[in-house]
Amino acid sequence: MPLSLSDPNWYPIASSEDLPFRHVYQGQLLGRELAVWRADDGNVNVWENRCLHRGVRLSIGINEGQELKCQYHGWRYANRSAGCTYIPAHPADAPARRIENRKYPVREAYGLIWSAANDEKPFAPFPGAEGQSWFALRPMPVNAAPEDVVAGLARLAPDDQPADLLPGLTVRLGEIVYFVQPVDAGRAVIRGLLPETPADALAALRHHNEHLTHLRDRLERAAARKPAPEPLQPIYEKVSADLATMPDIAVPRGNTLNVVVSRKWQSADGVIGFELADRDGKHLPTFQPGAHIDVHLPNGLVRQYSITNGPGDLLSYVIGVKQENASKGGSKVLVETVREGDVLAISEPRNNFPLRRDATRTVLIAGGIGITPLLSMARFLDKSSLPYELHYFTRNGESVAFKSELDALHGAVHVHTGLARDAIRGTIDQVLGPHQFANHVYICGPGAMLEMVQETAARLGWPDEAVHFEYFQNDKTIDASSAFDIELARSAMTLHVPAGKTILEVMREAGLTVPSSCEQGACGTCLTTVMEGEVDHQDVYLNKSEKASNTCMMTCVSRAKSARLVLDI
Amino acid sequence: MPNAPDPITRNLWHVVAATDELPLGLVETTLLLDTRLALTRGNDGEPVVWLRRDEEQGDEIDAGTIHDRLPVRTAYGYTWTCLGTPADDLFPIPEFAEPDRVNMSCGSIGIHVSAPRAVENFLDMGHFPYVHTDILGSEPHTEVKEYDVEVSEERDEVLATKCRFMQPRAAKSATTAMEVEYVYRVPHPFCSVLYKSCPEDESRRDVIGIFLQPMTEERCRAHLLQSMIDSTSTITDLRRFQQTIFGQDKPILENQYPKKLPLDPRAETPIRADKSAIAYRRWLSQKGITYGVIPQAS
Ligand code: FES
Ligand SMILES: [Fe+2]
Repeated sequence: MPLSLSDPNWYPIASSEDLPFRHVYQGQLLGRELAVWRADDGNVNVWENRCLHRGVRLSIGINEGQELKCQYHGWRYANRSAGCTYIPAHPADAPARRIENRKYPVREAYGLIWSAANDEKPFAPFPGAEGQSWFALRPMPVNAAPEDVVAGLARLAPDDQPADLLPGLTVRLGEIVYFVQPVDAGRAVIRGLLPETPADALAALRHHNEHLTHLRDRLERAAARKPAPEPLQPIYEKVSADLATMPDIAVPRGNTLNVVVSRKWQSADGVIGFELADRDGKHLPTFQPGAHIDVHLPNGLVRQYSITNGPGDLLSYVIGVKQENASKGGSKVLVETVREGDVLAISEPRNNFPLRRDATRTVLIAGGIGITPLLSMARFLDKSSLPYELHYFTRNGESVAFKSELDALHGAVHVHTGLARDAIRGTIDQVLGPHQFANHVYICGPGAMLEMVQETAARLGWPDEAVHFEYFQNDKTIDASSAFDIELARSAMTLHVPAGKTILEVMREAGLTVPSSCEQGACGTCLTTVMEGEVDHQDVYLNKSEKASNTCMMTCVSRAKSARLVLDI
Repeated sequence: MPNAPDPITRNLWHVVAATDELPLGLVETTLLLDTRLALTRGNDGEPVVWLRRDEEQGDEIDAGTIHDRLPVRTAYGYTWTCLGTPADDLFPIPEFAEPDRVNMSCGSIGIHVSAPRAVENFLDMGHFPYVHTDILGSEPHTEVKEYDVEVSEERDEVLATKCRFMQPRAAKSATTAMEVEYVYRVPHPFCSVLYKSCPEDESRRDVIGIFLQPMTEERCRAHLLQSMIDSTSTITDLRRFQQTIFGQDKPILENQYPKKLPLDPRAETPIRADKSAIAYRRWLSQKGITYGVIPQAS
């Protein structure tokens, strides 16, 4: 039976020992090259061995622990999702969400790493696998067709005890099980397992290795007499069309996903931690440091919460919710009515607070619950061994949230408790110091604190581009003085928006049902595609480049600069 | 069986050797577009190129006995030939003729990758901090700032201007980090010329040319030209500097897959920093080049 690219069987592709700490191993299966690496959390990744940017092998990349870094331009890909989290050539931008490398299923068992060309078959142990503590022999590469290698192994059996051919190119000879890894049409690797570690492991390894070397030589001599089989031609999937058109601005049309509250706990007085996980234990989508998710609350409201996780940490998202922040019943519902085991809808992560990783000095300043995005940033910087300082201001009597996570950081973490306003100002002044080249500060906290840091930074000569913050609430005064027309392309309607009324209101009056939630340009629910006309953005949801693209808008607060807007409604 | 080169590629002038390094009266062999070539220089110093038959590298030969010669030109220190019907002109590099410049061919390096991939690498600033660490770039200065790209209709070349990058040691004569400004030209499908702000004289620019000899669709030789306004470094220094740079690129390029340059915009993921590469790929596509590339399926 000829090999097929879509063979759904699981095969061993490496030994567990091939994946030491922070290493990247080059594997091969069915004509495809694979980059195989173990993250610091123990997870093994099997990816297509090719960077999506310019096709450089990821097996020559750098395993940074929870992210893999490509050698050519330093793109980072996250553990588990293979999603790109950082593009150094554009350090201030959040990479498009859809840049995600192809990955293959993986299982580590019996001292071997297993993978398959697709997800069609769940991993199943080979017959008789359970109950033994298997010991892996040295792999033996053979330049011969995998099926010929299987036949050759079977012929090793003594006449009175024929070989047992198991599914998936597997041969059992007595107590030894041999797996043939189909590298390509004309190449294979024999991987053998002994049922237990022999008394003299080294001697056993040597003995079996010699044995297999003879077999290899015989098989290769036979293969040389036959015409070489055509190598398999793997197909490389194309990237999506919106990624190919270069400007990495895609309309952030958020898909929602359902997650289960896997843990809810008191992280500090007044701060409740929520751990949100996929219902089937799969990993969640890639996020970047500083990213947030929209949480759809049982009462219909949508609220934003920052992800506190570190790099490649995708089995759950951890968010922190402040207890008394009960404005409009948002967080209150989460804190009071949502229990462990409940299912919530969340958006895919969005990032309006991207972290540059090209700074010579990064200062993170948090006030109270504002610690959440900065904790994530600190964890990313920590893993990449980049210099940073985290200053966390808490009120008198307020305790430190996420204490154990903060304790696990290696960088400079300073907690400032119960300082009066002036003392806070003085501390910030000192912490920032005069601006120097490639220094950046990130702030998250109450509005008053944000203003204070902005003011201080400006006074010390920090340029705007070096001072980073994000809004979850739109505190700006909305200028609703303009009047203009909107043409609704799909509804075939033209409406007039007078001064003092929002686009959303006008559409509703005309009988259209359009979704909204916060109605202050912060939650993203009313996001609409713009086909023509120039938008007067007044929201805090879209980031700079999304606004500049002029392809989408929030109809609850934003208006038109041009006399007419054409919307995809 | 190798693919026959497309007519555009066949009719181009291709670089095959540094003229000075061609031995007088001895055979040199090479490969161009999957075709075996033999080269030598006659007593007049003029290079002669012909289709190789049974000649071996190092054989003695009298140039006068070679009759079925391929067209030859010498330009920028190199010998160029053509397997089809060549155009009259090779692209211009006017600076080459300026009297106070040090012009030199800095050697050749074989790279197991297609010539267009090597051109793209030459145009690429984003890899400086990672591949040419502490020479042409260094972390954390990884940003590729906005620059301009156009395809000049009248000169039929890709032109990238206002390219700026922070460099620790941009050239042999630079001692401190500075932002350098680059202009890139791609005047030939397999050649590119770079102009870079010169540490010694702000009004003038150092010129570096890379001429790629497509040996097969997946193998090339990079020939380098430097035309510098550098009065302090010796030729050996400058050569060594450029060879270090290309020695660093080689292992990365040889790990690129596929080796041919894919012209389908969806084959890889371009970012704004790759504007010049995108323009280059489009330009090749429009010209109808199919050698060393994976043409876009129509
Ligand atoms: S090829 Fe991997 S980052 Fe560019
Ligand atoms: Fe380079």
